[in-house]
Amino acid sequence: MTNYLNGGKVNLSLLQEQYRKELLTLIDKCDGTKAIVWDDALGVPFGVIASSNLLRDHNVGKMYQLNFGQLPVLKDVKNIIFISRAHEHLMDMIADNIHGEERSGIRKDYHLFFVPRRTNSCEKRLADKGVKGNFTFIEDIKCDIFPFDYDLLSMEVENTYKDLYLYNDPTTLYQAAQAIQTLQSLYGPITKISGVGEASVHVNKLVERLSLEPHSFPTTSQIDHLVLIDRSVDLLTPLVTQLTYEGLIDEIYEIKNMNVLLPSEKFSDSNDGSSTLLSPKKTIILNSADELHSEIRDKSFSAVGPTLNKRTAAISKQMEERHNDRSIGEMRQFVEKLPQLLRIKEFLGNHLTIAKMIKEVIDTDEFNDCLKLEQSLLLGVETDKVQTYIEDMIAHENPLFKVLRMICIQSATNSGLKPKVLEYYKREIIQTYGFEHIITLSKLEDAGLLRTQASGKRVYAILKKTLKLIIEDGSETSPKDISYVHSIYAPLSIRLVEHLVKAGSWRGLTDDLTLLTNKIVHPQQAVINNQSRRTSIGSQASSLNENPKVFLVFFLGGCTFSEIAALRFLASQEDPYNNVEFVIATTKLINGTTFLQSLTKDP
Amino acid sequence: MGALLKGEWSNFGKDEYFRKFEAYSMQWPPEISLDTLSLTSAPFGGLIAVVRDRKKVVKIQGGSKPVLSIYNAAGVFVSSFVWDSGHIIQMGWSSGCDLLCVREDGQVLIYDMFSNFKHKFGMGKEAQDIKVVDAKIFCTTNRTGVAVLTTANTIFLVNNVKEVLKVRKLPEAPGGVNNSPSAWVVVCEDRSSKVLFAREKYIYCLSEGETHATLLPINLGDDSCLVKDLAVSFNFEMLAVLTNRGKLWMGSVDGTSCRRICDVRCSSPHHSQMMWCGNYAVVINWGQNLDVFGFDEEYISYPFDDSVFCVQEIDCIRVISNHSTDLIQKVPKVVQDIFVYSNSSPGSSLLSASYQFQKKSHLANEYLLLVKGNLFTAVMQCIDAAGHQFDVEAQRTLMKAAQSASPLTFNQLHTLTLQGLMELLMIRRHHFLALDLASFLKMPDSSKIQLHWACYKVQHSKEDVNKVAQEIKNKLGNTKNVSFREIADEAFACGKHDLAIKLIEYEPRADLQIPLLLKLKEHFLALNKAIESGNTDLVYAVLDHTGKKIGEADFQMAIRRYPLAQALYLKHCAHHNKDLLKDVFTQEDDHKSLAELSIKEGLDPRNSSTKDALLVAAHESYKRAKLDVNAQLCDEQLKLFKYQRNFEDKYRTAFTDNSSQKWPSLHETVKQLLKLGEIKLADRLRTEYKVPDRRYWWLRIQILGEQEDFAELEKFSKQKKNPIGFEPFVDICLKKEKKIEAKKYLPKVRDELKVQYYTKLGMLEEAAQIAYDRRDPDALKMLASLCDPILKEKVNLYIRTLGK
Repeated sequence: MTNYLNGGKVNLSLLQEQYRKELLTLIDKCDGTKAIVWDDALGVPFGVIASSNLLRDHNVGKMYQLNFGQLPVLKDVKNIIFISRAHEHLMDMIADNIHGEERSGIRKDYHLFFVPRRTNSCEKRLADKGVKGNFTFIEDIKCDIFPFDYDLLSMEVENTYKDLYLYNDPTTLYQAAQAIQTLQSLYGPITKISGVGEASVHVNKLVERLSLEPHSFPTTSQIDHLVLIDRSVDLLTPLVTQLTYEGLIDEIYEIKNMNVLLPSEKFSDSNDGSSTLLSPKKTIILNSADELHSEIRDKSFSAVGPTLNKRTAAISKQMEERHNDRSIGEMRQFVEKLPQLLRIKEFLGNHLTIAKMIKEVIDTDEFNDCLKLEQSLLLGVETDKVQTYIEDMIAHENPLFKVLRMICIQSATNSGLKPKVLEYYKREIIQTYGFEHIITLSKLEDAGLLRTQASGKRVYAILKKTLKLIIEDGSETSPKDISYVHSIYAPLSIRLVEHLVKAGSWRGLTDDLTLLTNKIVHPQQAVINNQSRRTSIGSQASSLNENPKVFLVFFLGGCTFSEIAALRFLASQEDPYNNVEFVIATTKLINGTTFLQSLTKDP
Repeated sequence: MGALLKGEWSNFGKDEYFRKFEAYSMQWPPEISLDTLSLTSAPFGGLIAVVRDRKKVVKIQGGSKPVLSIYNAAGVFVSSFVWDSGHIIQMGWSSGCDLLCVREDGQVLIYDMFSNFKHKFGMGKEAQDIKVVDAKIFCTTNRTGVAVLTTANTIFLVNNVKEVLKVRKLPEAPGGVNNSPSAWVVVCEDRSSKVLFAREKYIYCLSEGETHATLLPINLGDDSCLVKDLAVSFNFEMLAVLTNRGKLWMGSVDGTSCRRICDVRCSSPHHSQMMWCGNYAVVINWGQNLDVFGFDEEYISYPFDDSVFCVQEIDCIRVISNHSTDLIQKVPKVVQDIFVYSNSSPGSSLLSASYQFQKKSHLANEYLLLVKGNLFTAVMQCIDAAGHQFDVEAQRTLMKAAQSASPLTFNQLHTLTLQGLMELLMIRRHHFLALDLASFLKMPDSSKIQLHWACYKVQHSKEDVNKVAQEIKNKLGNTKNVSFREIADEAFACGKHDLAIKLIEYEPRADLQIPLLLKLKEHFLALNKAIESGNTDLVYAVLDHTGKKIGEADFQMAIRRYPLAQALYLKHCAHHNKDLLKDVFTQEDDHKSLAELSIKEGLDPRNSSTKDALLVAAHESYKRAKLDVNAQLCDEQLKLFKYQRNFEDKYRTAFTDNSSQKWPSLHETVKQLLKLGEIKLADRLRTEYKVPDRRYWWLRIQILGEQEDFAELEKFSKQKKNPIGFEPFVDICLKKEKKIEAKKYLPKVRDELKVQYYTKLGMLEEAAQIAYDRRDPDALKMLASLCDPILKEKVNLYIRTLGK
């Protein structure tokens, strides 16, 4: 099977290879049979890097999920390798496992590999628990960012935004800078950096600092421009319901590490019945290895049906051909094609089922009423008043985060709620969902998601106009603008990128940007080496066409599938984008609900 | 032509030659005379240490304390120091160019070649007590050891002076404590060492780890002789024994095989040195005359004008005189093969071809034909020979280097390796020579040399700190791979703290800066660096270290100036130490955080008994934080606790929940009251807590529906000021599948929703009628899709009518 990670101009399978090599080298260091105990958050992303078959070739017989308690008894295993992020509570689990082994008098070689790197505090924690000496090897697997698709990278760090804006802890930004360093070591130096927001300024500073440390970059640059987007600059976009196919899957079923768990029984007709008995959930991997998925994932859901129908017709026709009179040669051809046809048919079956499940949800009154309210808020209709529908959601005890999401949208579109309105919502939530949410609400306020109106400009109202955030008459099935990803709303973050691609810098956008933040990174004009000057001798326009430009858009604090879809849409457009490619990097893939949950989870 | 190149060659046995040639002339200062001084020199063209030799007749020079001077191999002064630390028994050089001085009390003092004292170690208590009379310093390429002989004729030995783990005592030789050896030598093996110990005509082998000495089976062919001297070859494989009656025995070091016994012609009563030249000949130094003995009948004598001093090298001997340094060695095979006339080795032919070619003679071709098949061998032979001859371009450069440092033969270089040479050059402080050499030889990385230079600079410079730091920065600033951390570490090790701080500033990696800064007790500089690096783990590490060093209270005050550090400290406290967290919040007047801390504590099920008190505290904190709404919410919650407890007493049913991190909300309490039928109480709470009408009505309907109390529901629907309309009544009845009940409310449904609700109840005909009355074709179209054929016709009729 060809590797789906090398489908872009920047070949992300190189990154995968580098990590694979690093992982296997470390694993091979441990002589003999091995079992790996994975930190839960790493198991799936590392599946992208090294399959279980490959690990088996390297003597890894068994794999377990890291947890408290006793490890299973592993008679034939010589080495136990813990692979974990550097979090203290994970160290506690590992220590607990080791203590369990000691109690049972089991002696094996234990190893601990940190991802992406060890910390002093974790090593200290292990020492405090008295287990540090039990490890033969303590190593780092410097995997800062995981390749998820040919144009998509994720650090899979959940709490970036919370750490940064609630605790002033920029740990993830350091990791992001390291990730950028890694990318530069594979794909060449990135000479142009633009960014918005405090986090972007911070990361830019760290990238500059790291460039002073010894490093070796290839001489040719494959990435032309790094665009840093601090999530705090655009808090509205993740709150708005995603209406692309993949976005809706995420909204309804939550995609984790590009996998989604769906009820097996829905798929039972396409499979033999036995598998459904084994597991109530079916895991479906959503990436461009599934060609059909990559065709439909970024489409508005309303455009997915027709595509699937067309595909169904086509595949039935192909399958039918076998019943026609054929020559032996033609039959052979058909038989050769058959496995692939069956594969396509299986994928198609999956997507038909998923689409049907989504359709059932989005046809409900509840979904539509919510969407209606959301859109009226986005349009700016009576955003300064208490919304009856929100009141009723509370009265019906709708899931809290659905309610909070809506209130936060109102706060954003009204550029802050009137104090009375906020107080009203607050009291309603506390009276209904419980007093403890006084802290939940406080966190949302600290994070800037809930605000009282400050005197001054109505930022959203202005940007709505200047950046054309609302396109009411756009087509969903054959879109002309990124706004299709939320039906009428164009993600602010992507509008900023769009402008950068068109104009080369944000200088023309200064007035709008300063409404959002006073922390802006402009590319340094001074760094023009001879080479780039030579290429610009020819006419500006032609050089733009001849040299495809690659933008690395890095979201600090998370990005949504709708934002990814919007960027891919831009890249697919003709002039002036016909020579633009995006590589999208994020600290984590988020949607409104997971975002709010991560912010308010304690601690 | 061969004769020209062969120079001073002497026949040595059948087909072999010895050669002697001057490596360079000595540049001794005038006061040096080998007649009066004793030398100690290191192999690999090493340094020479000079000290007045008490055994020789000495004119008193200067003060009474001896002066120890160090010269390079060409006699150029390097450094000197006055020795005032007692009686030196023996001096010697380590393989790393350190000078080892063994004292009478068994202390070994180590100096670098620049006369800086490095450190010392002792040879043990016993050696100290009974005094040392003799010592040997012995080297292999990777280690240097020391052995001492005590007045009691016991030998103590240290295998590696770099890691003095254990002083080993060797077994005693037979013959008693009062019988001192006539000669002794150390023989190094892989990891251990042994001593050959001569007493009378016997040579004993004393091995560490064994309890007894063993006698070597050497027959000197003369029962009444005494062993006078012993010499071991550079590779410790060959042994030479010289007797008082002029017999020389040559053979294997274990004594089992004898290669030659011969008589030595004594040109003076005492020889001054005996040593091996390579492992093929023994050289005896008679002062002004060197005699060379091979295994067969070979014998060569080299006379000199005045006293000479010899140094044993791996493949030759170095002869140091007042005027020059000469090398004496057997002519290497390749050189001999090429140069010896009528030799037909490929290399020789190639050389001849080259000569003829230069002379533009046709003979060149003839010679080349001879070579043809063996061109590779020929070339290799020439290159090898050139190496021995010091005359290819690279070799010439090496020698240029050596002019001020050392003459090196090809074999010496081969043994040392280029890396080793670089290291020697560095130790001898020829940094710039080493750099030139490295760049000439295109060695990949010269950072080590630069690092060494910088460390030297750090150790010895007495200039202004800023100037030194700047100079180092200027010289190394653009070099990759030079670690400023190592240079700064060196400064720290020398006690130059200010310089260390300056230097560590140039280290780009914060993780390398910080450990040193902490060692320097520059806690806050370290903190700054950690913060700048963005690596929060480093910040934590500094905080952890600093907190322990300066005490919690001072620490808390100090980090207020560092917002990031404080933020991380708070986060850490939140996980590990809530009391500290409270301290900081109090100190910072962060009342909001204090309030939240109280609430979280209250929510912890383990603290349930004090939750009221904690809530009061939260209330107070919110007030101080001027968050009046939150303060009020705390108040309301406190009252709710009271209500809930009252209700629990009254109804004997749970209104509170002490098991989870959640308190039952007002909404749940009201709901429970409604379920209990306590409408009045519910109403009272609703009023007190200003529950909005809409929510209250929804709740009433929901509960009545759940209880299927449709009579009460109907009664409730008749209450005034209905804020939610009658649609919810329909919905709740439908939910319970009570269509008849639902129908009761249909007339009161808002007109615009009527079609929808009639449809919901399956009353399609009525719905169609209403839609028609409302002139709503869209609704009709929607209905048409749901209707049976008869009704559908009617609906279509309506649509057509409306369409007109």
